[in-house]
Amino acid sequence: MDGDVASALKKFQKELSAGTVSLALLAVLGAARQPMYGYQIAKRLEAAGEGVLAGKQSALYPVLRNLEAAQLLSSEVEPSVSGPPRRYYRITKTGREVLRVWTDAWHATRDSMDRVLEGEL
Amino acid sequence: MHAPRTIADYLAQLRDALRGADPALIQDALYDAEEHLRAELAEQPGRSEADMLAHVVGSYGAPEEVAELYRDQEIRIQRALRPPPAPKRRSLAGRFFGVAADVRAWGALFYMLLAFGTGIAYFVLVVVGLSMSAGLSVLIIGIPFIVLFFGVVRAMSLMEGRIVEAMLGVRMPRRPPYPDQNGSLLQRIGAMFTDWRTWTTMFYMVLMLPLGIAYFTMTVTLLALSLGFSALPFARLVDVDGLDHLFGHGAFTVDWGFGPHVPGGVELVALGVFGMLLFFATLHLVRAIGQLQGQLAKHLLVAGAAR
Repeated sequence: MDGDVASALKKFQKELSAGTVSLALLAVLGAARQPMYGYQIAKRLEAAGEGVLAGKQSALYPVLRNLEAAQLLSSEVEPSVSGPPRRYYRITKTGREVLRVWTDAWHATRDSMDRVLEGEL
Repeated sequence: MHAPRTIADYLAQLRDALRGADPALIQDALYDAEEHLRAELAEQPGRSEADMLAHVVGSYGAPEEVAELYRDQEIRIQRALRPPPAPKRRSLAGRFFGVAADVRAWGALFYMLLAFGTGIAYFVLVVVGLSMSAGLSVLIIGIPFIVLFFGVVRAMSLMEGRIVEAMLGVRMPRRPPYPDQNGSLLQRIGAMFTDWRTWTTMFYMVLMLPLGIAYFTMTVTLLALSLGFSALPFARLVDVDGLDHLFGHGAFTVDWGFGPHVPGGVELVALGVFGMLLFFATLHLVRAIGQLQGQLAKHLLVAGAAR
């Protein structure tokens, strides 16, 4: 029984993270003053606490690549002193516009979900 | 499966877990993982590799989890980014003419024309690069030149992969192979020579000259023939006084083996229909060759799953 609940939770988290990861990445890069590389973004999200992203930092990299392909982010590779070359991402103008409408959509969804869950209907 | 103790170990397990997946996907997944692991290691230099990996399995994910995630992502991305597959048609005519609705066929058509230019560029790059590398190898700047040349070849290989994926619809890597971090500078330079992918990439680039010429010639010839034949009946329509030069002043003749004559209306329409059929057949042909070219690129430009 416990196994069923755990796998149901895992499945739900997976579905939930599918949409929210892109929003979280755009938000982090939208707030950043300088371009950031994958590991930095992962650490910043980790600092934000538990949630759908916890323990799934590997999910960020393919999503970064997709956002770049969709031209919401742009990137460049720079050599680093401490190790391998890093790919730095920054948000594009389109990215900022998309972030704005996604944020509105997220707020609307969150508010209505809260109302449904609290049984106000 | 035991807990990975070194970065190479982790990557080997990840490669194992991704066995059977597309080589291009594996290359991307390995690049991402290695970038993250190296950054994590550089973050806290005092920590041992094994400790760092024990931590990473919790934050980044164990190799099996990461593999599963990349497989899932890939399916979702394919659905979202790829042009929708052309609707399946059952009738013979539907299958024959339906090719015009297939994005791949048009992509392949443009690839065939583009291959002439890229083929020349790749060939010149490799031939000039190799001969200058050989010539300069006796001088002090020989080694830096060779490293630079190999780097350019890798960058071009990634670019060709992007072109192939965009136009031919074959999944190619979005990240270069991860630069080797082990060993001294000289060993790393040596590894470039023993990496068979370096040589298969150069072979592909040299091969692209004859292939590009063949693709371009074939495509232009077939396009010119099919469009020319298709236009025949219409050209006849405007064959009036003052415009008759368009039709060669009646000098245009056909010969079916019974002696040349100026073609009549039925013959012109038949030739026009033939031209249009030839155009659709050309689309089929370039789509098929495009698929072969995509497989060739994948085998020569992408490292296999097993290294």
